[in-house]
Amino acid sequence: MKRNMIERIANCYSAFLLTGTLLLSFTAKGQTTTLEASMQRGKTIYVQRCVACHQPDGGGVPHMNPPLDGASAVKGKDKFRLIQVIVKGMTDRVEIDGEFYSNNMAPHADLTDQQVADVLTYIRNNWSNKAGAVTPAEVKAARAKLK
Amino acid sequence: MYKSISLFLLVACVACDSTAGDTLQHRKPITVLPDSNNAGLKLPNGFSALKVAENMGRARHIAVNQQGDIYVKLERKLNGNGIMYLRDLNKDGRTEEVNGFGNYTGTGIAIHKGYLYASSDEEVFRYKLNDKGEVENREAPEKIITGLINRRQHASKSITLDNNGNIYVNIGAFSNSCQEKDRQTGSMGMNPCPILDSAGGVWQFKANVLNQTYANGVRYATGLRNVVGLDWNTQTNKLFVTQHGRDQLNNLFPQYYDDKANAELPAETMYEINPGDNAGWPYAYFDNQQNKLILAPEYGGDGKKAPTTSFKVPDMAFPAHMAPNALLFYTGNQFPARYKNGAFIAFHGSWNRFPLPQEGFYVAFIPFENGKPTGKWEVFANGFSGVEVVNNLRAVAHRPCGLAQGPDGSLYVSDDNKGSIFRIMYQGNQ
Repeated sequence: MKRNMIERIANCYSAFLLTGTLLLSFTAKGQTTTLEASMQRGKTIYVQRCVACHQPDGGGVPHMNPPLDGASAVKGKDKFRLIQVIVKGMTDRVEIDGEFYSNNMAPHADLTDQQVADVLTYIRNNWSNKAGAVTPAEVKAARAKLK
Repeated sequence: MYKSISLFLLVACVACDSTAGDTLQHRKPITVLPDSNNAGLKLPNGFSALKVAENMGRARHIAVNQQGDIYVKLERKLNGNGIMYLRDLNKDGRTEEVNGFGNYTGTGIAIHKGYLYASSDEEVFRYKLNDKGEVENREAPEKIITGLINRRQHASKSITLDNNGNIYVNIGAFSNSCQEKDRQTGSMGMNPCPILDSAGGVWQFKANVLNQTYANGVRYATGLRNVVGLDWNTQTNKLFVTQHGRDQLNNLFPQYYDDKANAELPAETMYEINPGDNAGWPYAYFDNQQNKLILAPEYGGDGKKAPTTSFKVPDMAFPAHMAPNALLFYTGNQFPARYKNGAFIAFHGSWNRFPLPQEGFYVAFIPFENGKPTGKWEVFANGFSGVEVVNNLRAVAHRPCGLAQGPDGSLYVSDDNKGSIFRIMYQGNQ
C-alpha cells in the first residue's frame, strides 16, 4: 500500500516533470521561432533603410555613422531610446561610446510598430549582439509617449 | 636577393647624384630609404614609399615646411592637442620628435609666405613661422576668421591661399541634398535652399586681417555641397576644388534609382572656379554616364530631366562617392616631368555603394596640359585600405585624407583612420 502510494506519487511526479519539460521546450521553441522570424523581417528593413550608413557588418562608417554591432545603446536595456531614434531620427551632437559622428539620421516614422520592433530585434541580435527582442507592444507604448 | 639589389642600385644612384653637381641640381640626392614593402602601397614603376609616422590620430590635412618637418591638423585631440608637429632629426625620413599644440580640432592646414594657417570647424587661425619653419608662439595664434557655421555634417573648413593675399575656405552644406528633412525618403528640397546663404560654397577672405566674419568675406563660389579638397593653381592663378557629390539616391527616391544607379551616381567632380560660379547643388548633379547635369529628385527630377537653370559643368568627373578629400598641384622636380603642374587627389573612399563594393581609398593623378585637366585620370598610389575588396568600412586600414609636397618634391599623404603619414618618392630614371 505504502509502496503503491510512493509509486503513484513518483509516476505523478514524472508525469508532471515530463509535461513541464514538454511545456518548457515548446515555449522555448516558440520564442526562438518568433525571434528568428522577427529577425528575418527586420533584416529586410535593415537592407532597405539602414545598411547604406551602418554597413553590412553593422560596423558603421568611422566618424560619420555610428556602429550598431557592439554599441552599448543598441545592446542596452533602454528600448525606449532605441525606438525614439528610429521613429524621430537623430540630429544632435551626441557622444556614442567615446566617439562623435557627423551624419544625421532620418526619422523612420512611416514604419509600423511591427516593423520598428523587427528591425530593432534584428540589430539587437545580429553580429555579436545578443540583447533580446523588442515587441510591437513596446513600440506602441513608446510611440504613445513620443507624441 | 631582389631587395639587396635594389638597395645597391639606390645607394649607387645617390652616390652618382651627389657627385653630379650643377647639371642635376634639380634632382636632390635622396638619402632617405623607402620601407622594404613601400609602406604597403602599390605605386607606378620607379616610385617608392615609407611610413613617416604612425598613430597620429585623425590626421586630416597636412603641411610640410622648408625643413621637411610636418604639421598635421587633427579632427580629434591627441594628448590634448589639435595640431601635431613632426620632426625628422636624423634626416632618415622618419619622425623622431613629436610636439603638439593648438587647443582646437579641425581639418584645414597650410603654409604660405611665412605663416602656418589652420582651421577649426568654425574659425581660421595663423601662426608666424621663424626661419626654421617653426611656429613662434604656439599658444597665441592670430584669429583671422570667426563665426563660420558648423552643424556637424560636412563641417571641415579646408583652406588654400592665392598669391594676392586671399585665403579660400570651404564651408560645406550641413545637409545631403537640402531636403525639408535631411536624408528622409521622399522628402522634397527646400526652394530656394536656405543653406546656400552661409554654406555649400567656398568663401574668400583676407589672409592678414583679424576677426573676419561672413560680413567681411565674399561667397566666391556656390552650389558646392562639400569641397574638402581645394588648391590654388599657381601656374594659371585659378582656384580648383573637388566636390563630394550627394548620397543615397536609391534610399531617398527608390522610384527613380535602384541600388546600382546609386552606386554609380552622381559623379564626384573637380572644377576650375571663377568668381561667382554656381555648381548647382542641391538643385542638380552631374551624371557621368549620361555626361550631363540632371535635375535632383528633390526638385522634381526623375533621373533624366535636365535642370532648367544653367549651372557650371565640372572639368573632371570621377566615379561616385569616392570622397576626394585633398587636392594638390604638383610643382616639384623630383617626379618625372609629366607630373609637373598636374593634380593629385586623395580619395578617402566611399561608404555609400552597397550592395556593390566600396571604391576609392587611393591617391589619383590627373594630368594637366596648358593649365587644364586632360580629362584622363589614373590611380597613382593604391593599397591604403589593406584589403582587396572593401565591403565594410570597418575592415579598412588607412584612408587617404591630406596631401602635401615636401621641399625635395616628395609627396606626403595623411590617413585619418589610423593616423599614418606616408611619403612617396621617385627614385627611378627620369
